[in-house]
Amino acid sequence: MTAHPRAAQLQADPAQAGSALVVSRLAKSFDGRPVLTGLDFTVRAGVATALIGANGSGKSTLMKCLIRLIEPSAGQITMLGQDVLSLSPRALRAFRSQVGVVWQKHNLVPRLSALSNVVHGVQSRMSGPRTWFQSLAPAAVRAQALACLDRVGLADRALQRVDSLSGGQAQRVAIARMLMQEPRIILADEPDASLDPQSGQEVMRLLADLARQDGLTLIIISHRMEHTLEFSDHILGLQQGRIVMDRPTRGVDAALLRRFFEHQD
Amino acid sequence: MADTTPQIPRFQHRSLGEYFGMIIVLALVLSSIAATAPQLDALGRGLTRLFAPSGLLAQMFPPDISRIDRIALQLLETLQMAVAGAALGLIFALPFAILATDRLSPHPLIRMAARGIIALFRTIPDLVWAIFFIIMVGLGPAAGVLAIMVDKIGFAGRFFAEAMEEADTGPQDALRAIGASRMGVIFSSVIPACLPSFTATSLFSLEKAVRGSAALGLVGAGGIGVDLKVAFDLFNYDEALTIILMLFALVIAVEQGSSWIRSKLI
Repeated sequence: MTAHPRAAQLQADPAQAGSALVVSRLAKSFDGRPVLTGLDFTVRAGVATALIGANGSGKSTLMKCLIRLIEPSAGQITMLGQDVLSLSPRALRAFRSQVGVVWQKHNLVPRLSALSNVVHGVQSRMSGPRTWFQSLAPAAVRAQALACLDRVGLADRALQRVDSLSGGQAQRVAIARMLMQEPRIILADEPDASLDPQSGQEVMRLLADLARQDGLTLIIISHRMEHTLEFSDHILGLQQGRIVMDRPTRGVDAALLRRFFEHQD
Repeated sequence: MADTTPQIPRFQHRSLGEYFGMIIVLALVLSSIAATAPQLDALGRGLTRLFAPSGLLAQMFPPDISRIDRIALQLLETLQMAVAGAALGLIFALPFAILATDRLSPHPLIRMAARGIIALFRTIPDLVWAIFFIIMVGLGPAAGVLAIMVDKIGFAGRFFAEAMEEADTGPQDALRAIGASRMGVIFSSVIPACLPSFTATSLFSLEKAVRGSAALGLVGAGGIGVDLKVAFDLFNYDEALTIILMLFALVIAVEQGSSWIRSKLI
């Protein structure tokens, strides 16, 4: 497959890659109980960053704060050049359209076909009845959705209802929906959590490969240490709501990471 | 060997308040029956008259089928009233239900207003609505259709809203995170997820409308009910029986049909 121009540019000169995300003094409390405490970190564009930490360390809260599914208590987030916390509701909707999110659960509409679910991804830039079902979609949208399904290896299941697919296949459809969105950055919150080890490995590899091919920034939470070591370029370690590790994955060994995976299956 | 099986009390111990509550409920039931139910001797006389050689039952048999063509046409009108009223009611119930759903309503005040209207439409009986619409649009099936429509907005609106409240929020959140509009979330995620429940409610609405539309004629809102009332008023009990039997066949046919559709779709 031909590399995306953005990916070619990043491969030619990685040092020139700007920052996709800058977080400073980010804090979040729930009922006075601090969950995130003054986080400062930067994620370079086109880099796969693993966000790791034991249960309750604040990983998922941080991920949701980044796109304001949870409102942070304090701090600043600059993603894709935009000050996320100052966006109006309309501007926030436009901003979110550039951010692809892959969830623990695939969150597809169960009674609809894989293709209809992927067509929904176009709602990031279009609206109206022609984006609701594959049968109503314009030919170009339908063709793009089918191409996205093909990239995740499920073009032959396009018209199959997603509730008849396996967990791994459904997660791949969710990834195809995310690709349809044409995002500039991907946030993946434990996409392998509800899958068996083999399916989990396949989904992680697929995400990492797609991000690399398209030159997309990938921020990924994984509860498996071997996935962190295999699929990330950079590691951010969270402990009790603070960043305690911020370094390239190269040179990191399992012993160093073990404490971040305590109390996890 | 000593018996170590624990002794379980046969009845649960209840508080004085609970006993008092039970006595109140029992007193309410008994006083209601005493005040309104027929006296046994009156009931006995009625049953004697019913089964007497020249009584009501004897006058009903054999059913009079001399006006069966007219009855069939009126029955068709009854079915048309039910279908039209239920269809219009279901169409209007959906927007009311969306506005009455916590996660989908644009504003809490709009949600409260939508819930209030649904509750109003549901709690006032369809016969009362029929009288209201007869005053508004005159005697005939139009009043019946409007009465069924309003009744179904109340009935289906409530069940549609409940189904949407219970729908899995994960797909809705995923679409919101993509940047989908409110309408996009509703039509791409909520309605497809609720389709089995909507289908069941719609079919029950149709069944209820067919049964109800016969009664609406009794107050002049069109359909077979008008003929039934006239037959009873003129003591044409044999014709009344024909109407009742044909109505029974229609209701059974609609119920069987809707059960078949339900089994195919859900």
